[in-house]
Amino acid sequence: MNSIFDTPVAVGATDVSLPIAGTSVQCGFPSPAEDFQVQRLDLGSLLIKHPQATYFFRTAGTSMIDAGIDDGDLLVVDRGVKPLNRHIVVAVVDGEFTVKYLQLRAGRVRLKAANATFPDIVPREGQTIEVWGVVTACIKQFQV
Amino acid sequence: MFALIDGNNFYVSCERVFRPSLNGVPVVVLSNNDGCCVARSNEAKDLGIKMGQPWFEVKHLERIVGLVGLSANFVLYGDISDRMMSIAAGLGPTQEVYSIDESFIGMDGVRGDLVRRARTVRERILQWIGIPTCVGMAPTKTLAKLANHVAKTAERKPGSYPAELAQVCNFGALPAAELEAVFKATEVNEVWGVGRRIGRQLVDAGVTTVWDLANLDVAAVRGRWGVVLERTVRELRGQTCIGLDDAPEPKQQIACTRSFGRPVSALAPLEQAVSEFASRAAEKLRSQRGAAASVLVFVRTSPFRQGPQYSRSIVVPLRRPTADSRLLGTAAIDGMRAIWREGHDFAKAGVMLLDLEDEDRCQGELDLDVQEGSSRDTRRLMAAVDAVNGRFGKGMIHVGSTGQSGPPRAWGMRQERRTPQYTTQWSDVPVARA
Repeated sequence: MNSIFDTPVAVGATDVSLPIAGTSVQCGFPSPAEDFQVQRLDLGSLLIKHPQATYFFRTAGTSMIDAGIDDGDLLVVDRGVKPLNRHIVVAVVDGEFTVKYLQLRAGRVRLKAANATFPDIVPREGQTIEVWGVVTACIKQFQV
Repeated sequence: MFALIDGNNFYVSCERVFRPSLNGVPVVVLSNNDGCCVARSNEAKDLGIKMGQPWFEVKHLERIVGLVGLSANFVLYGDISDRMMSIAAGLGPTQEVYSIDESFIGMDGVRGDLVRRARTVRERILQWIGIPTCVGMAPTKTLAKLANHVAKTAERKPGSYPAELAQVCNFGALPAAELEAVFKATEVNEVWGVGRRIGRQLVDAGVTTVWDLANLDVAAVRGRWGVVLERTVRELRGQTCIGLDDAPEPKQQIACTRSFGRPVSALAPLEQAVSEFASRAAEKLRSQRGAAASVLVFVRTSPFRQGPQYSRSIVVPLRRPTADSRLLGTAAIDGMRAIWREGHDFAKAGVMLLDLEDEDRCQGELDLDVQEGSSRDTRRLMAAVDAVNGRFGKGMIHVGSTGQSGPPRAWGMRQERRTPQYTTQWSDVPVARA
């Protein structure tokens, strides 16, 4: 009498691959961290929210030292952030870039330094102050 | 539905992002070796400066009206273009980057008010990147290109078209009568695909406006001008003939040619030059995963200078297709040695890689006379060279015969008026007064 074991069994049309644990087999314990591997911390992802809109500037001068911005620091400037009162911004004054605190009060624009020896910049008659971008970070590098 | 978005006076706009003092001033950007004007600000256009006009013809305007001429800073334009295109991609589901400052967007399936959507993307590019753009939208690419022309012209020359078509123009939303008026107000030469020669023939035949061209008999157009213009006419009628090319075909030839900063007559610097050009072309070749089977080298004197004229080219066949900078450079140098002649002031040379094929599709052969190791696959070596140069800067590793580490190169490009590479070199980032 034929049992079911005499009947040939069709081999599946698709390959079956068996998972191999780990990339190589070693005598010892597999790395317990293997299942937890993720991307290492990247400074760019912390400092840059809008990559297409982000540019870098170098500072020259001492008008922002009380805000922690020294001569020669590197600024991260994001044009994708809407400039608000008290933001530190890069503005265009008379065709030159300048970094200052933005003051928006009663519809008037004023640029304030973070150093008592520098006067505020108030637009003169017919002069416009254009905010170029918002400073989102300041990077300092030390002599090593 | 297609959209074409492009940057207004793109190179000039890029320069103005980092030099705000150039706003409102006539500015031109000059081609390689500071030869001709390849981009003009509106103020420069208003001075009557033509596209491609030689710099020496307009240089006197520097003193008279404060015209500013800048050397092309392609590294900067490339980075700004990249930023712009990635935001432009948000217009619709598919994108074809058509040139450094133009991109077609496939708008199929996009719902809602397309004009408002385009204005939002346009505003974002202006705010985030600093580049003013115009958008044209229509059922075919030819019409989208035309709509873009209308959007640009309506902005620059008020009164030429209805003011509401400025910056963003959607032919698809225009009533038939208004579209007819626009077609009748636009010269036939503005149509994409109508070159100068055919444009003149059309005008001679009484076809002066876009409206005239769109209403020609299709069969007659094919009979007289051929299938290319027939396609253009069909596209003007809203029948799609040209699809979106979102994965461009690999190039069939790759060229690197350059005019020299000053005339060169000795052989040695010319060997350096073509070796360098071969390296550049080889990089492009490897980026499309190709291999070249022959190398064309040419050298010529300037037709604009006194002295004996000479122009020659030669095709150097390679034993087997390769993308190896060293082998292509050697072939280029061999070619240059064969065509160089004493006593000429050469103005231009170039290298073209021909007979391109896929790097994986190579004819096998028996190693009959090959020395040990010489047929080794150098793809990994070249990939390593490209990776190092990508990370540490162009030319960090280079073929010795390009002469990069020697004295300044006589054939180098003249770029006396180039602005810094603001966005790609740490040493060049712009300065903000604090």
